[in-house]
Amino acid sequence: MTHDHDHAHGSGHGHHHGHGSDLTPVEARVKALESLLVEKGYIVPAALDALVEMYETKVGPHLGARVVARAWVDPTYRDRLLADATPAIAELGIGGRGGEHMVVVANTPDTHNMVVCTLCSCYPWPVLGLPPVWYKAPAYRARAVIDPRGVLADFGVGLPETTRITVWDSTAETRFMVLPMRPAGTEGFPEEALAALVTRDSMIGTGLPLSPGSEIPA
Amino acid sequence: MNGPQDLGGSHGFGPVMPEPGEPVFHAEWEKRVFAMAMAMGFTGTWNLDGSRAMRESLPPAEYLASSYYEIWFEALEKQILASGLATRDEVAAGRSLEPPAPVARVLTADILAPRFRAGFPSDRPPGGPARFALGDAVIAKVMNPVGHTRLPRYVRGRRGRVEAVHGAFVFPDTNASKQGENPAWLYTVAFDAAELWGPEADPGGRVTIAAFEPYLDPA
Repeated sequence: MTHDHDHAHGSGHGHHHGHGSDLTPVEARVKALESLLVEKGYIVPAALDALVEMYETKVGPHLGARVVARAWVDPTYRDRLLADATPAIAELGIGGRGGEHMVVVANTPDTHNMVVCTLCSCYPWPVLGLPPVWYKAPAYRARAVIDPRGVLADFGVGLPETTRITVWDSTAETRFMVLPMRPAGTEGFPEEALAALVTRDSMIGTGLPLSPGSEIPA
Repeated sequence: MNGPQDLGGSHGFGPVMPEPGEPVFHAEWEKRVFAMAMAMGFTGTWNLDGSRAMRESLPPAEYLASSYYEIWFEALEKQILASGLATRDEVAAGRSLEPPAPVARVLTADILAPRFRAGFPSDRPPGGPARFALGDAVIAKVMNPVGHTRLPRYVRGRRGRVEAVHGAFVFPDTNASKQGENPAWLYTVAFDAAELWGPEADPGGRVTIAAFEPYLDPA
């Protein structure tokens, strides 16, 4: 099923269709390489399908949101999470590739945290899924460390001048997730309702959680 | 290497452009490239650091003009050729013309979930005591290796402070070229933004990196 190419030309590359095929050059090359590697016995198509399905449907920021919501309602969990994040996240059955060595950093009224990988695209997969294009693109990687307040403005986020910003450059296998501040007006909310307020960007540090009323599940 | 991947502090790339409702992949071929890179990495023919080294060794103009998965694909193809898993003729033909080379493992659908859930930790027993402790002042070395490194240019020669000691981890600079894991102590080192960028920096701002011990001198 996933072998049927869907005529989505995605990134806008490869406009020339050749050799009587409707594949773009990059599509044709990718298809050829996969055929070769399968024939060699190095890869199994079913495993590739399962990989894609895992990161399209199972692993994503809804998992990180559960971690954040738990930390908001349970102060002892929050302490464990900030002291040693990997086992604390594993308590919720979450973890694995790309999150073997997790560090969670908490926002406060005085300090806002933002995560970047200036050298490539390191990102905490088990809690956030695969990174969005902007996270991997040069504009964010270049600017997050030198002008974090300007980057926040690109996301429509303005912080008080008194809030200091710490940027975490993911230069090794430690992976960072931001624990945003719990929104006001959420006293007594159950965990699931809190998790619905936690956006992906609020866990990267380029956004803030939603306000109650804007995204409470029925 | 001082390659196109080392982007921190560069100007001129324009605003960050978030895409509302962004899908995980933007085209079918991106899915296949992602999954092939994962599955080929699993064969153990090269390691994660070697993959990063291959991607950042693309010519700078090509690297910067390519989409993310185009970079992955070009690097994957080069890695396959460099490792002797296939020939240039085979890649061009899209079919096997010679017997396969042996690989250590093949990723199958049944082992995917448990293997990825277990992860691939890169912490290792340390070879000796840590040289630095929490609170120590350190200076990131001025170094310009032509091979792989994870010390970004923007911190080299700058003074910071150790904020966490994480234990010993695989050292990417040697692991990328298969010269050994050489476990090295890993630290969180925090730099004042003004130390990195000068007086125009965001007031009170800080930038932290994860720094391997060989990247650091005592201040």
